[in-house]
This record gives sequence, structure tokens and C-alpha cells, in this order.
Amino acid sequence: MKTILILFSSLLLLTHNHGYKVGDLATDFSLPNIDGEMVSLSDYDDAKGYIVIFTCNTCPYSIAYEDRINALHRHFAPVGYPVIAINPNDPAAKDGEQLIDMKTRATKKGFSFPYLQDKGQHIYPKYGATRTPHVFVLEKQEKGNVVQYIGAIDDSSRNPDKVEHYYVEDAVDALLAGQLPKVSTTKAIGCSIKTL
Amino acid sequence: MFSPKFLLFVLFPLLLSAQTVPSLNYTELKPLLNQRGDKIYVVNFWATWCAPCIKELPYFEVLDQREDVEVLLVSLDFPKHKESRLLPFIKKNKLQSKVVLLDDANENYWINDIHPNWSGAIPATIVYNRHKRDFYERSFTQNELLNLVESFNP
Repeated sequence: MKTILILFSSLLLLTHNHGYKVGDLATDFSLPNIDGEMVSLSDYDDAKGYIVIFTCNTCPYSIAYEDRINALHRHFAPVGYPVIAINPNDPAAKDGEQLIDMKTRATKKGFSFPYLQDKGQHIYPKYGATRTPHVFVLEKQEKGNVVQYIGAIDDSSRNPDKVEHYYVEDAVDALLAGQLPKVSTTKAIGCSIKTL
Repeated sequence: MFSPKFLLFVLFPLLLSAQTVPSLNYTELKPLLNQRGDKIYVVNFWATWCAPCIKELPYFEVLDQREDVEVLLVSLDFPKHKESRLLPFIKKNKLQSKVVLLDDANENYWINDIHPNWSGAIPATIVYNRHKRDFYERSFTQNELLNLVESFNP
């Protein structure tokens, strides 16, 4: 019995640590936006899915992607795939990551998508985000929000002029066409998520 | 005006401290991650903008002093910031370990090739010798790093 218990708890631990894989159902959440409102995925009645991006204020890779994240939202929100940005960093562990700092950054860069704070840091471990930026494309189905793509925005973080593969765009285009993304997981350099 | 001996005396320390930092693509870097000598090789992926990386750099510097350890610091700074941020940082902090800048856009390829478990977050560290090799996506305290390297001693 004890062995089974230990096995079971280590299994739980494993599932917990690794986060979602493509095909898993992603949890909804209720997190504070920079305008003070609470935002959930289920608020978006007309959405066909979501581009959930864990990103932050201070990471140079996140900053390098800000314009591209704006462009993704402009392009895909009207056709049913809004960007939902979530800042996973604990503001106590990193200067410049308070909700007020997020608001300043969003205003400066003209973010037109929600920019939420993962207050209490409960959501990013469930998704299995490990760095900023880290993208999860979710497709809304009958059974829930299915993870269809995990990874980088494109293949050239450090130079937007040298992109050859637009991973997120290609994934959402495929889903909109009723197909599965050809590339469903990618990796990229990013900043570690800051915790105390 | 100055004797050659005097010039040597003045210039030699300057030469020693002026670290040159090669920019390498992944093909050029890979042999440095797979050396076959008798040492314990410690490779740390870092960047000047990465606060937890900067915090643990002194621990790697201490290791590099040892005869049986060779440290390589692989910078993931943006290539355009090499002159303006990376080189001044190395100079200011008097880094003695060997530093290279990895300038290769195909991250999705080389992150997996370096280690399948690497998500791409830094700091990340490889420790290896002829017999074993481990990869860590985490930061270390000085003691943790020392203990880790000791575990590679025969």
C-alpha cells in the first residue's frame, strides 16, 4: 500500500513538474489585468482558441518580441485567436515586474491584448512554462481548451528580419484551416521565470 | 624612449587581462562541449542581462582556478550587444574563465542538441568528463556547484 502511495505521489509530482503536452486540456484561470479587471479564457465567447503567451517586462527576449506579439494579436484576434499575455514573474523576486510596471510597459508599447499577472504564481507551473516568452496555442473544443502548440513565436528571437519559420502564425493558420499544426513544439532561449 | 624590457613589463599584464571573445556558430561551439581531456569540463550558458546568471558567475570563476577543472562561459547576449555590453562586462568584472559568444539563430535545433531536457531558459550548465555528463537547467549556490564538481572526481 505504501509503495503504491509513493508511486502515486511521484506520478503526481512528475505530471505537475512537466506541465502540459500537446493534446492536453489547459486550465482556465481568473487573473488580474493591467486595467484592474479580472480576465478568464471563458470571457471570450466568440473565440475559436487562444494564443497564451507567458512574457514579462524586463527580459530582453520578451522585449525583443513585443512588436511581434502586438502583430499576432492584430492579425489573429479578429479571426478568433486573441493573444492573452501572462506575466509569470513574482514581483517580489524581480524589480520592474509589478502590475503598475506592466501597465507602464503596455501603454508605452501600445499592447492591445490583455496583460495579466499570474498572482500567486499558480498558473504558469500548471502550463509548464519555464521561460519568457513561452507560447501555448489553445484550440477551443467541446471538451475544453486543447493545447495544440507549445514553444517559440518564431525561429529568430534576436533578429526579426531573419525569421524563416513563423511557428505560432503557422500553427494558428493550420487550426483555422481545420488542420493540426505541422510543427507542434519548438524551443527557444528565454529568461527563467523569477520566483522567491 | 622606453626600454623593450619596460614595455614588456607594462604590456604583459594588459595582454593577460584583455580577453578576446570569439563569436561562434553552433557547429564551431560543439567541439568545445565535447572535449576529451582528463579534466572536468564545466560549461555555463549565461548572458549579461540574466540576473541569476550574474549571481553565480563568481562560483564558476573560482572553479576555473583549479588545475583539474576547465570552465567555458557561453554568452547568449544579443550579437549586436557584444561590443557595447558583453566586452565591457567582462572587463569590469575581470572574468578569467574563457568566454565565447554563441551567435546562431537556429535555437530550436541547438537547444535540443545540447540537451533534450533543456527548455531554453538560462542559466543552464553542463558538467562532463570522459566518463559521464550531466545537464542542469537551474542556478547554483557555491556549495552546490562545488559538490557537483566533486561528484565528477574519480
